[in-house]
Amino acid sequence: MLKPREIAVVGAAETTSLGKIPGMSNIQLHADCALNAIRDAGLKVSDIDGIACAGESPTNVAHYLGIVPKYVDGTGVGGCSFMIHVRHAAAAISAGLCKTVLITHGESGNSRIGLNRPAPNPQALAGQFEAPYGPFGPPTMFTIPVLRYLKTYGLTEEHLAMVAVIQREWSSQNTRAAMRDLTTVEGVLGSRMIAYPFRLLMCCLVTDGGGALILTSADRAKDFPNKPVYILGTGESVETPMISQMRDFTSSAAFKVAGPTAMNAAGIKHSDVDHLMIYDAFAHLPLYGLEDLGFCKPGEAAHFIWERNTAPGSKLPLNTNGGGLSYTHTGMYGMFALQESVRQMRGTADAQIKGAKVSVCHGVGGMFAASGTIVFGNE
Amino acid sequence: MSDAPKRPRPQPTPETKFFWEGCARGELLLQKDNATGKCYFPPRPFVPGTGSTDISVVKASGKGRLYSYVINHRPPPGFTAPYAIAVVELDEGVRMMTNIVDCPQTPEALVLDMPVEVTFEKIDDEISLPLFRPAKG
Repeated sequence: MLKPREIAVVGAAETTSLGKIPGMSNIQLHADCALNAIRDAGLKVSDIDGIACAGESPTNVAHYLGIVPKYVDGTGVGGCSFMIHVRHAAAAISAGLCKTVLITHGESGNSRIGLNRPAPNPQALAGQFEAPYGPFGPPTMFTIPVLRYLKTYGLTEEHLAMVAVIQREWSSQNTRAAMRDLTTVEGVLGSRMIAYPFRLLMCCLVTDGGGALILTSADRAKDFPNKPVYILGTGESVETPMISQMRDFTSSAAFKVAGPTAMNAAGIKHSDVDHLMIYDAFAHLPLYGLEDLGFCKPGEAAHFIWERNTAPGSKLPLNTNGGGLSYTHTGMYGMFALQESVRQMRGTADAQIKGAKVSVCHGVGGMFAASGTIVFGNE
Repeated sequence: MSDAPKRPRPQPTPETKFFWEGCARGELLLQKDNATGKCYFPPRPFVPGTGSTDISVVKASGKGRLYSYVINHRPPPGFTAPYAIAVVELDEGVRMMTNIVDCPQTPEALVLDMPVEVTFEKIDDEISLPLFRPAKG
């Protein structure tokens, strides 16, 4: 069993720019952030002996960087793949399979240069039992359970809107955030309808960018230039590739495995958490995340956010970069949530939480298809 | 033949062929775990979670309720917005994605838990899609 503080993040960086990057293809975005993270860690490319990535195969990334690694992980279960890469890398380093793992994400999500997107398969279960009914991308699928959630708990569209409003308060403090202007519940509800009940400002951005992490054993971590960020606990799971087959439309079965597994492994209580990231491709995800990870009782997360318990100055700062709704969202956002947790633990975030010692970073993959959770600490 | 874009057409596999053959005859077929009497969906030749092959194929009542939906305003080829992408829960307990027909595609008309019943839209000789409409009477 992997112990808390056995493995550390010693390198972390995003792509040199974020947003619209027409001068880089998908694979070059992986390389740009990888080289930035290697520089951040004070390493050479040849020091990397493990490669993990999603959106490109590890073969592509290893070849492009000129590395022949001892460890590869191509787990590709959507935007939380990177949390799962961290988990697997930590286990691999602990088991002695390799020493220094590079995890990369790059996605030309907006410019769509060299983007790897599989064609829909009409023989897959989703191709037979969902595609014929006209779902058209995540805004029309990830959102399908939400009317049931709202009815179950007596909530309204205003509650969804407030999630986006509070995250703008955070993004307004982040120099690299794409959307930094404050907004209101009325402003969110007045934005263009995408897929009722979801308006434009309840949906994530569509950007270009990437990020990379470097992990090694904690006993080596003190030799690196940055303050080590320790892995305290990890979790992962998957549920279904079809949103219509989610077991409970008010709760994610995968969240309920990944989140508690990570927090139990870390040996922490909810009151120990100083900083929280919950992957927000759409405004309902922080609600499901807060409830499924046990920060709120079922049906209470919307009130918790409405009453400013996750806003700047609160005890549970949530999505402090502004999230996928306002910071950046390339398509697989999980790496950016991890980057913000690492910045908060290093003490270098734009919206830095003073004295933060424990950060929980929770990801979703596909449309409630998968989940990965990492608990970070800096002591 | 019209060249206008159409809905994505499902391609049956060996495990789902019986379901689509049923739809072509106007029957909504489900599989049932004989040990528990519970139906499951989508089709596979064993019970998810136990692996039991002690199953039977049953004809569903075709009745259920509107469980959840979105109304899409950005249509893909073959669809005209706004239209609801819905999930219905059948009386047999399983849920399936569908479209709701014979009903305005508005939040006011699409009320959660309203009773719905199956109707089939013929795509070609092999494929008829199960759609749902507000239940009559």
